Amino acid sequence: MSIFKKIITAVRGGAREAGEAIVDANSTRIFEQEIRDSEKHITIAKRDLTEVMAKQMQAARELAQLQTSIKEHEGYALQALEKGNEALAIEVAEKIGELEANATDQQQANESYLKSADRLKELIKKSERQLTDYKRQLSMVKTTESVQKATSAITDNFTASNSKLLNAKDSLERIKQKQAMFDDKLKAAEQLEAENDDSSLKAKLQEAGIGAQQSSAQSILDRLKAK
Amino acid sequence: MNIHKIATHLNQLQDETETGFDFDCTPIDGDIDVLQVEILGREEIPIFLSISDNQILCIAYLWGEDEVKTELKANMMEAMLEMNIPMPLSAFAKVEDKYVVFGALSINSTLDDIELEIVTLSDNSLEVISEMDTYLK
Repeated sequence: MSIFKKIITAVRGGAREAGEAIVDANSTRIFEQEIRDSEKHITIAKRDLTEVMAKQMQAARELAQLQTSIKEHEGYALQALEKGNEALAIEVAEKIGELEANATDQQQANESYLKSADRLKELIKKSERQLTDYKRQLSMVKTTESVQKATSAITDNFTASNSKLLNAKDSLERIKQKQAMFDDKLKAAEQLEAENDDSSLKAKLQEAGIGAQQSSAQSILDRLKAK
Repeated sequence: MNIHKIATHLNQLQDETETGFDFDCTPIDGDIDVLQVEILGREEIPIFLSISDNQILCIAYLWGEDEVKTELKANMMEAMLEMNIPMPLSAFAKVEDKYVVFGALSINSTLDDIELEIVTLSDNSLEVISEMDTYLK
């Protein structure tokens, strides 16, 4: 069964009781071990690939040398024939035969190394895809478990503190009320501020002798005397 | 990154906040560390933050199965699916019998990223409840 299905089945089904895991701890450990093993295999395969590629380059170099050598000897053989030295030409031809046999061997080795390298590269890619998938699956299991554990911690906390999650609409209503109260307070403070500004302007006007003047003791006395 | 580092950061932000909110963080005991993050003025809908091997999960609980008007459940779920991509940084999910909005962050996120995630999640959850109240009892 895929991990995805396991999680759905577990979440829908009986695994809701606290402590019951989606995939038991032992399987998770085995899974983690598999991931470590795959990583090790990939490292080894990459090392093998380096070796094979080095050998292939060596074979290719030797093949090129042999081919140069064959061309050289073909030249020698032709020169020996031109000079009428058939015996020497045959000796050279034998040497060419040897070189060609060697070249064929190197050619085969070269091809086989190339094939191995291709196969290893494919293998590494496949293992890397597999590893990414293992990691994704493990992350799903671990996340599901972590959410379950977090949920049970949250639920326990609510039970312990004798509080409970409010109904969504009530919660929103309360938050809105608090927000409205805060806004009202802010507005009241602004109004107060504005009024203060207003009274300070009045004071300035009075000081400048503009507008209604406060009656001073002297002016009251003057008024009384005038009566 | 661990929840205590996040709690210390959010609690000491005060006037340094770049999101304009004040936070109150309380760690919750349990099998794994969970941090309850309350935004001042929005205590009714806290954000729960937990950290696993490779990610930081922030979850806000929206409503329970029992709050959904049964006959409108399919419509509600469709609306949730349609809203899922436009809703910034958060996605809908269901944990046991509760509908939630959540955001998942990389374990390598900065504290500022986490603060933005929490505030966005809180804004989203208020907006979602407000917009989806026709489906709720």
